[in-house]
Amino acid sequence: METIKNYYLMDMGVMLGRSLRHIFRSLDTIITVTIMPIAMMLLFVYVLGGAIQTGTDNYVNYLLPGILLIAVANSIGYVSYRLFLDKQRGIFERFNSMPIARSAALWGHVLTSLVSNAISLVVIILVALLMGFRSPAGILSWLAVAGIIALFTLALTWVAAIAGLSAKSVDGAGVIAYPIHFLPLISSAFVPTASMPGPVRAFAENQPVTPIVEAIRALLLNQPVGNGIWVALAWCVGIMIVACLVAGRVYKKGG
Amino acid sequence: MENSIQVKGLQKSYRQLHVLKGVDFEVKKGSIFALLGSNGSGKTTIVKILTTLLKQDSGNVIVNGFDVVAQPGNVRQSISLTGQFAAVDEILTGRENLVMIAKLRHVKDPLQVADDLLKRFGLADAANRRASTYSGGMRRRLDIAMSLVGESPLVFLDEPTTGLDPEARIEVWRIVKELAGNGTTVFLTTQYLEEAEQLADRIAILHEGRIIVSDTLAALKKLFPPAKVEYIEKQPTLEEIFLAIIGKKNEN
Ligand SMILES: Nc1ncnc2c1ncn2[C@@H]1O[C@H](COP(=O)(O)OP(=O)(O)O)[C@@H](O)[C@H]1O
Ligand SMILES: [Mg+2]
Repeated sequence: METIKNYYLMDMGVMLGRSLRHIFRSLDTIITVTIMPIAMMLLFVYVLGGAIQTGTDNYVNYLLPGILLIAVANSIGYVSYRLFLDKQRGIFERFNSMPIARSAALWGHVLTSLVSNAISLVVIILVALLMGFRSPAGILSWLAVAGIIALFTLALTWVAAIAGLSAKSVDGAGVIAYPIHFLPLISSAFVPTASMPGPVRAFAENQPVTPIVEAIRALLLNQPVGNGIWVALAWCVGIMIVACLVAGRVYKKGG
Repeated sequence: MENSIQVKGLQKSYRQLHVLKGVDFEVKKGSIFALLGSNGSGKTTIVKILTTLLKQDSGNVIVNGFDVVAQPGNVRQSISLTGQFAAVDEILTGRENLVMIAKLRHVKDPLQVADDLLKRFGLADAANRRASTYSGGMRRRLDIAMSLVGESPLVFLDEPTTGLDPEARIEVWRIVKELAGNGTTVFLTTQYLEEAEQLADRIAILHEGRIIVSDTLAALKKLFPPAKVEYIEKQPTLEEIFLAIIGKKNEN
């Protein structure tokens, strides 16, 4: 057991290297994940933006946080897809019959999700800058934003891991993406919740994406974050812990 | 330690389905052991239990002197598995697949180990192609090569030739014989008596959840119905025809 611990980080590095190769060799994945939110951003700013009242004079500033979360949500289907293929093709069995920590293969996928999302989010932010996005936020606020988005990504990645590991078919692995895609759409990502009819508003205000979007927006615009940021963090950490435990159990059982 | 594997009273059910009903056998160190059984008889289940991927319901399983339940880590240190379906990473090249496993096995010089295996398995020319472009036989060879990284003293091969064409099958047989020649213990499963005959020092037949016989080929042959002498025209088998044609092609 001693040797296994000593090699843990090295093994995880090998796993990460492997999954990153997968991502860079199927660039369509990362392009899809990046292009779709950019297209939405263009649509909302240049087509619908004139008609949307958000109380900010620069709609890109209002919109960007939601677009970033949509990008993360879009990437999640690919996480379960990759995990499913590893399970189905016997790759996990191969690793699990070797003297390496069982969780290394799983963590390799999770780290990969973090890295690939970081790449697409940077591209999206650059495009937003070209479209007139400006932020007075300092380095600390940006770090806080990065931290919240990383937690959000981890939470969704572990949810996707459950789906990928327990799926019986490729389609089944992808199904998890649909409800997750919807969450940012019914939140304050595009318009303030105050403009929504009663039941929709109630849902939007009490689901995880709204407090997360608002915390990121407040940080980027240098506004007070209030208690909302704790609600946002609680959602991310809560989902992450539960999903991580469940995924670990499914993985141990072998799907 | 004379036995690489020792199995006693092994039982396993999947919900209602009682697959293994008390399996006993031993595998001598340095031998080739063939587990022969029809499709669905439980061969893969046994392999998974022996390689610590699955827990048995009851019974004792000792692999290389370690109990699979109590000391799974030690078991994994001393074995390698080639599963029923070639578990190669299709997006990586042949070389990258081998280097990845070599790094995970913490061998001294992963690149050298990979290159040696590529040569030995006739994959040197295809080393830098993605595994998704490989034929079934090449993929299987890469799969087996990946299991040989780190030179475990005990190798499991679950139906290594199922789905391969006759030429590729003979190539795999050659590899298995070579392995055993170097002192590695080989545990293989197969659906074909012929394959067991070709390779194994000892053959065990799994039927309805139990090992119904386990013996050397010579001893087993005595149990089979005696060969009848009949005067009929012997048609060449498809395999013989195929090999004859391929052989001619190579001569031209
Ligand atoms: N995870 C599982 N859940 C339920 N039944 C299974 C599972 N794995 C195998 N079986 C069943 O157990 C029997 C033995 O399977 P297996 O060990 O794969 O046989 P073999 O490798 O000899 O073809 C088969 O009837 C198969 O359908
Ligand atoms: Mg099988």
